[in-house]
Amino acid sequence: MASVEVREIVKQFGENAPAVDHISLTAQDGEFLVLLGPSGCGKTTLLRMIGGLEPPTSGDVVIGNHVVTHLPPRARRIAMVFQSYALYPHMSVHDNIAFPLRAQGTPKAEQEKRINWAASILGLDGLMKRKPRQLSGGQRQRVALARALVREPSVFLLDEPLSNLDAQRRASARDELQQFQRSIGTTTIYVTHDQVEAMGMGDRIAVLNLGTVRQIGTPQEIYDDPADTFVATFLGSPPMNLVERGTMLHGFRPEHFSPAAWHDAANPFERFSFVPHREEYLGAERLIYGEVGDEKVVARFPATTQLDFSIGHPVEFGVATRHMRYFDAESGVRSYETP
Amino acid sequence: MSAAAAQPYEPDISSTKRGGKAARRGVLYLAAIFFSVFAALPFAWMVFTVFKSNQDLYNGQNVPFRFNEGSPTLDNIRLLWNQTNYPTFLQNTVVVSILVVIITLLVAVPAAYSLTRLVGRWGENLGIAIFLVYLIPPTLLFIPMTRVVAVLGLKNSMFSMVVVYPTFTIPFCTWLMMGFFKSVPWDIEEQAMIDGYSRVGAIWRAVLPVSLPGILTVIVFTVALTLHEFVYALAFVTSSSEKPVSTGVTTELIRGDVFFWQSLMAAAAIVAIPVALLYTLFLDRFVAGFTLGAVKG
Amino acid sequence: MSALTSPSTGETLTWSDDDFEPDGRYLLDNSRLLGPIMLMPAVIYIIGLVGVPFALAIAYAFSDVTVGDQSIDWVGLRNFRDVWGNDTFQRALRNSFMFAIVSQVIVIILANMLAMVLSANFHGKRIVRFLVLLPWTTPIALAVIGWLWTLDNVYSPIDAALRELGLLGPGTMFGPGKNMLWLAKPDLAQLSVLTVHVWRTLPLATVILLAGLAAIPQDVKDAADVDGASFWRQFFYIRVPLLIPIMTVAILYGIVFTFTDMTVVYILTRGGPIDNTQVLASWAFFTGVEASNLAHGAAIALFLFPLLVVVALIMLRVAKRAETV
Repeated sequence: MASVEVREIVKQFGENAPAVDHISLTAQDGEFLVLLGPSGCGKTTLLRMIGGLEPPTSGDVVIGNHVVTHLPPRARRIAMVFQSYALYPHMSVHDNIAFPLRAQGTPKAEQEKRINWAASILGLDGLMKRKPRQLSGGQRQRVALARALVREPSVFLLDEPLSNLDAQRRASARDELQQFQRSIGTTTIYVTHDQVEAMGMGDRIAVLNLGTVRQIGTPQEIYDDPADTFVATFLGSPPMNLVERGTMLHGFRPEHFSPAAWHDAANPFERFSFVPHREEYLGAERLIYGEVGDEKVVARFPATTQLDFSIGHPVEFGVATRHMRYFDAESGVRSYETP
Repeated sequence: MSAAAAQPYEPDISSTKRGGKAARRGVLYLAAIFFSVFAALPFAWMVFTVFKSNQDLYNGQNVPFRFNEGSPTLDNIRLLWNQTNYPTFLQNTVVVSILVVIITLLVAVPAAYSLTRLVGRWGENLGIAIFLVYLIPPTLLFIPMTRVVAVLGLKNSMFSMVVVYPTFTIPFCTWLMMGFFKSVPWDIEEQAMIDGYSRVGAIWRAVLPVSLPGILTVIVFTVALTLHEFVYALAFVTSSSEKPVSTGVTTELIRGDVFFWQSLMAAAAIVAIPVALLYTLFLDRFVAGFTLGAVKG
Repeated sequence: MSALTSPSTGETLTWSDDDFEPDGRYLLDNSRLLGPIMLMPAVIYIIGLVGVPFALAIAYAFSDVTVGDQSIDWVGLRNFRDVWGNDTFQRALRNSFMFAIVSQVIVIILANMLAMVLSANFHGKRIVRFLVLLPWTTPIALAVIGWLWTLDNVYSPIDAALRELGLLGPGTMFGPGKNMLWLAKPDLAQLSVLTVHVWRTLPLATVILLAGLAAIPQDVKDAADVDGASFWRQFFYIRVPLLIPIMTVAILYGIVFTFTDMTVVYILTRGGPIDNTQVLASWAFFTGVEASNLAHGAAIALFLFPLLVVVALIMLRVAKRAETV
């Protein structure tokens, strides 16, 4: 296995602003690291540079203890699964999986052993003679994973591998993929724009925007302690509420926003005068949309909770001080002092 | 209007419209017949003539649109086959075509790949520039080209055609092939490189197999362009044993003022019809290349 | 040495550190290097066998080169003056333009009609398509041989048909001879050459137009139908404006192929009767190859070049515009 590190890596296309702007980060040996960000944030470019498909403008890629910046993909001992799965349309499932082994010149018997091993892990046994066009989306994804697996890579690179699946299939694929990675224990870098995938699967998440890393940490750290307003509003659905007071933005999660009367005087809390406008019932929970001053905020309650306020009438709300997060209004950067 | 509004809706298919439709149908078939006859006239006459005997063909009293005494006959084809150099012309054409196809594939396919994938932004422009080379006609270059052929020691040899024909097949096929490579997803070759192949290995094992229809198209058009060429062959090759069909038939089967019309027509038809069939099958590709992207398909 | 344990077999996999050295083995993986290497053969071929002959063509045109004396001595514009002063050249120049322009005007009208026929659905469409494409898909020399026989001075089936219809012969419309002599009378010979050019380039223009028609989005056609636009309104307000770029392309090819062609004239009339159908290309061939006057032949052929440049420039504009759409 191997750790993956990028050092001060930059990628610039033409005269545009850099797609990746001096990013440094490390995926530890065996770690599942998610690169999360909106489209155009540079996450795929970063992944492609790690994979050797895109030469960096400057900076280095280190896999294991080797600087591989100037090596082609095949010299890096990596496997990659593309968003499209990139199955070879002219080859059967068996030949698709065998393809990387042929490149290595693996002996025939050894090839078959490894192919069978990968196929059984991913439940492809009955599909070996089919062509990619005869497979469902989920089956294609598993073929792509099997093909990545037989290489016995030191690193897996996955580029939004679930985005071509329908919502239902995606949830189970998420589960399978995570279990699979845990059992193999191979260092994995996973690119997605879907926060649910990121939160559910990642050991750690690196949140990217405009070519830079905004924050890197465990899902809980990212959610509870966002480093800036971008991270705070990119994660969470609905995102963190931000209310401007003086030079600071006061941030709080919708689930921490509740009537002041519910708060215990023993625990300090911050008061907000909330005007609820609209209720959204989502089955397990309900969302109350409204305003504090003239800023839109959302409150989230379990559906079972009895609400003792009514739409359209101002009501005193509060957030426990330990759940408050403060950001500089100008820069959006987290401030750890309580105003 | 108010009275009509109460009526149930009835589409307006009046008898005049139906009559108009039938008339339009008639015009359509008439036009189709007119254009077919115009296009096929010389070929029909060609094929018809092949089976006529001399005493039928050259008797002014006979109505030329039917077979008369001694016809139909296969004598003319026999004559063509046994007493002329036609088999040699055919053989030369086949040899030249195969060699031109090989050279074209070896040169144009890598060039097209390079232009679509490797050389970046100016690849497309360079591709158009190369395509425009195809439009430089043999009639502009045949005089100096004869000298070049002589310098290469290929004067009066069919290998002069092998060397010179790629000057128009390479530009055309590079452009055609670029269209095919553009439609191959990048993912597939990148995946092959991830899977442990070099760039060249990825092209060979992943890109080319997916591009086989393109390669087939290139082969067909290279053969077609080779068979169509006339001017260079006329300028370079004067000895009968080295001539291809296009010049062999038109210069060798007409001796002075004596035309072996039926055999001549057989010679033309035997090559023309198969080429036309093959060409028609692949025509859509040809057109896609010719429209320079002015048509988005 | 580096190592990892194979998850499939439990063996230890090793590889040596110098696999990670960026040495010569990985040279061809660099697209900056591989790109030019793969492009090089094509560029060399084109420079060597198009660029060099073209330079040589210019050198010949400005020199006193002959078949006997291949040395190239500069004579300035003398060849061009000699060539220009020749009556046959003047006629060839006029004919080249006349054949190209008149044939393409006719072609674009007929091509629009034929494209309309072929975009409709009817029985036997595949056969009609194959037949109307024949003139383009058959090797030109062989096709013209067919015309040579069809237009024969004695045995032309057209003449026979005209006689049957009572249009040819003593006391008839085209009378009094038994034959029209399509290739023997100057005006009829020109008409014949023109017809063969129309016949040959019509299929190409048609299929290009058809491709353009197919590319008109269905919703535009539907919208026009729903709006109740009449056939002619649709034709002139939707078809024609949308097809102008593609028609331009079709006409340009037609012009290049007719203007630079010598095969039709060479086989059909050999420029005759009395040079009445001579064109630049055939005159260059007769002068340069059959009369062995290399310098004059090269000079005549060079007169083809300015038109090609103009066509190329217009094509580039069309292609550029297509890119930005």
